[in-house]
Amino acid sequence: MGAPGLFRGIGGIRGTMNPLFIKELEAIVGRPHTLSDRESLAVYGYDATPELESRPGAVLLPGTAGEIIRIMELCHGAGVSVTPRGSGTNLSGGAISGSEGVVVQTSRLNRIIEIDEENLTATVEPGVITSTLHTAVEERGLFYPPDPGSMNISTMGGNVAENSGGLRGLKYGVTADYVMGLDTVLADGSLLHTGGKVVKDVAGYCLNPLLVSSEGTLGFFTAITVKLIPKPQTKTTMLAHFPKMRQAALAVSAVIAAKIIPATLEFLDKVTIKCVEDYAHVGLPLDVEAVLLIEVDGHPVVVEEEAAGVEIICKQHGCSFFQTARDAGESLRLATARRTALSALARLRPTTILEDATVPRSRLADMLKVIQDAAQKYRVTIGTFGHAGDGNLHPTCLTDERDKDEIARAHMAFDEIFDAAIAMGGTITGEHGVGLAKKKYLPRLVGESGIRVMRGIKQAFDPKGILNPGKIF
Amino acid sequence: MDYVKLINCMRCGMCLPTCPTYRETFLETASPRGRVALMRKIQEGELDQSEQLLEYLSLCLDCQACATACPCGVNAGELVAEFTCERKAGNRLGMMEDLVLRKLLPHPDRLETAMVPMRLYQRLGLQKLVRTLGVLKMFPKPLGRMEGLLPDLPDQPLRRVIQEDMPGRGEARGTIGFFLGCVMSLIFSEASRASMDLLTALGYRVVTPKNQVCCGAPHMLSGDKAGLKEAARKNVDIFGGLDLDFIVTDCGGCGAELKKYGLHLGDDSSIAFSSKVRDISQVLALHKDELKALLKPVSLKATFHDSCHIAHSQGIRREPRDLVRLIPGLEFVEMENADACCGSAGTYNIGKPEMADLILNRKLEAIRATGADVVVTGNPGCLLQLKKGLADHLPRVKTLHLTELLARSMDA
Ligand SMILES: Cc1cc2nc3c(=O)[nH]c(=O)nc-3n(C[C@H](O)[C@H](O)[C@H](O)COP(=O)(O)OP(=O)(O)OC[C@H]3O[C@@H](n4cnc5c(N)ncnc54)[C@H](O)[C@@H]3O)c2cc1C
Ligand code: SF4
Ligand code: SF4
Repeated sequence: MGAPGLFRGIGGIRGTMNPLFIKELEAIVGRPHTLSDRESLAVYGYDATPELESRPGAVLLPGTAGEIIRIMELCHGAGVSVTPRGSGTNLSGGAISGSEGVVVQTSRLNRIIEIDEENLTATVEPGVITSTLHTAVEERGLFYPPDPGSMNISTMGGNVAENSGGLRGLKYGVTADYVMGLDTVLADGSLLHTGGKVVKDVAGYCLNPLLVSSEGTLGFFTAITVKLIPKPQTKTTMLAHFPKMRQAALAVSAVIAAKIIPATLEFLDKVTIKCVEDYAHVGLPLDVEAVLLIEVDGHPVVVEEEAAGVEIICKQHGCSFFQTARDAGESLRLATARRTALSALARLRPTTILEDATVPRSRLADMLKVIQDAAQKYRVTIGTFGHAGDGNLHPTCLTDERDKDEIARAHMAFDEIFDAAIAMGGTITGEHGVGLAKKKYLPRLVGESGIRVMRGIKQAFDPKGILNPGKIF
Repeated sequence: MDYVKLINCMRCGMCLPTCPTYRETFLETASPRGRVALMRKIQEGELDQSEQLLEYLSLCLDCQACATACPCGVNAGELVAEFTCERKAGNRLGMMEDLVLRKLLPHPDRLETAMVPMRLYQRLGLQKLVRTLGVLKMFPKPLGRMEGLLPDLPDQPLRRVIQEDMPGRGEARGTIGFFLGCVMSLIFSEASRASMDLLTALGYRVVTPKNQVCCGAPHMLSGDKAGLKEAARKNVDIFGGLDLDFIVTDCGGCGAELKKYGLHLGDDSSIAFSSKVRDISQVLALHKDELKALLKPVSLKATFHDSCHIAHSQGIRREPRDLVRLIPGLEFVEMENADACCGSAGTYNIGKPEMADLILNRKLEAIRATGADVVVTGNPGCLLQLKKGLADHLPRVKTLHLTELLARSMDA
């Protein structure tokens, strides 16, 4: 289960987590919302990250921001660490705590506090499910673009803490591009307001972007204000088949070079296509190396023009079949099929190790080649899909945790893939975060000075080191 | 239990938002992902079968909404049921279980004698009997709580009075073997009569063998796999002797079980049996045009509740809706989360009344929001649960089995 030493420092001070302390926690959140039985602790030991598990000392489900403040005050005093948790779907081990720490799940804080149509903002509690916010704002003709594959269960708090991306990232950006204001409880229980509903704000350091993607290590979000935009009037979904993987990658670069920015430009390789088709039956081709799922949205005239442009470019790059969704139902089916890619791949073998290497878009074809070569060299099955338009690929190794040798080879393959990504000017994780899983790669990417600055920031926010310790570095 | 089935769960969490017990509690232990993890940890020796753990697992409704949501092909509900069955299989059947599972259910005559008249027997202790074993896969709440709410029982169970071989009317379309569920026969005989009327009106000859026995689902619930197999064998032999196009049932729970006979017994005759089993909606939906010609206007606003056994276990969603929409003058409205469990789930509402109430209330709220006059569904357990809930909280709204509604329109 992970490399030795990986879990070092993920709990608080040894010996503090005892029945008396748990009673004090119980006094804050109430008995039914305090869990410390063996069974509960065992199932709060994981998130969606393969291979990583460690039991927390207690689990709390507070119902108000006030309770979170009191939890932080109490834990700060006692030196007990706190790991925030949304729905536990992150893929880097970010919601895993050691036995001397508490996990604090935000699911009960699930109110949409306000949708402000004049300022085009929404303010939510951290436990609001991403797709619940989508539905609520879309009912009013508004749009909150970030849509991670997990949006039906991921929480807004988790999205902000991981700076999650999604299928619409190419045109609309990622969570960070929408966070305007945060209420954050700091390690000692004090409250920090950053940003707000103003579109411009240069008063002092810009702290929002620092808190976004902090993975629960700098503060605990209790309210989140996000920017909304008008809902695009219309969209068209298209599917392009490519006999060769390289053709698809080159088509991606060509579309963008032609100054067309689709909302979605997603890539699925052969292994992924087969799995998704087996599960979703949407008529994906089984005889090609790659498909692109493309969505253009906006004003009807522009959409039509861009869709035509995309079709021409794909065909120029060897696309063997081009399909345009006939109606909203078909669009949804295609997009949903893509959303299930990861889980569908996971059907093939018991263990699925998913990575998140990201390169500048122009290097996409090279990156695909590196992945293919690494899979061959280390004799592992890797299915690749991802946000091609963002240069963000998800090479996914299908393996079996009971086969230690294969697991070791999978990790060697990923080592090579990460090194190549860094060499191409890319990054080790585009949207899943570092957490525990990618800790060892971070120094390779940001260097010693990068780590030093990050540690300094952590020190400034959380001198006692009790907020989600042991993560990132 | 096969370990691989457990480690196939990749912990993606896609199942969480569809699980009724997670929706109510937000607890990992009450989620499909958590349940699979608990069973896995038993096998790995990390946890033992503590009372607490069994209690967590027992909160699962086996509604299988998680299976529909899971892209990895994990069926947490079924795995919990399998776990429970294996665990109980080690124990000897209790006296009461033995009486009902072995001495009553396999013998419809005895069962019926024991059930009629219900009230009398309730006083004589049948209540306890039913409670212990969940005979009917579906009695909501301890019977005491719903005594006056049981629908008026038919004078005679349908099985006793039904004509064993009913000729089709008009153009001959084929022969159907009708599987008459215990509860349909004993309580909702009107609905099953309606099902047969619709089938014969469409030209099917309907054969209802009187010696058929309980489908075996209650045996499975009690961990009595031998009893289940015995029931399956009997039914396969009885229906196998007839020359049938389909084997049809209007009980969602029975349908789901009958479709698994092939899996349980594994021989050719049972596989052939299972491949012929259809929910009534599947067969009626084959003849929409003909049926439409028979239907007369009914001015009602209706909504549809998917039974777990039909939507999640059998994957049937479109057919019943298409059928309701055929009725002229009827306004159809979808409710939110139509395929979320109503909380009936076998004997669940007896063992876990608080959770069952929470789940039922959410369902009633969804029904209220539609403004419908009638909720239509396809499973007797749901009918009982919804009847009870609506009578208490929303008496304006009535419940009907899909075939009752269609027959009403046909006879209007
Ligand atoms: C099938 C699948 C598809 C996915 N698709 C995508 C995708 O397309 N794009 C993408 O970016 N990610 C994706 N993910 C990853 C994951 O869903 C995201 O990281 C998501 O944002 C996690 O949300 P969560 O509520 O589950 O958070 P958790 O996993 O519970 O927590 C994630 C991190 O956030 C911290 N945290 C949670 N709440 C708070 C809070 N209130 N304050 C401070 N810190 C907090 C936790 O400590 C932890 O470090 C996918 C995951 C799966 C399983
Ligand atoms: S049961 Fe399926 S959907 Fe649920 S966490 Fe496991 S793999 Fe994901
Ligand atoms: S069967 Fe129903 S209650 Fe049980 S885990 Fe699955 S969704 Fe939840």
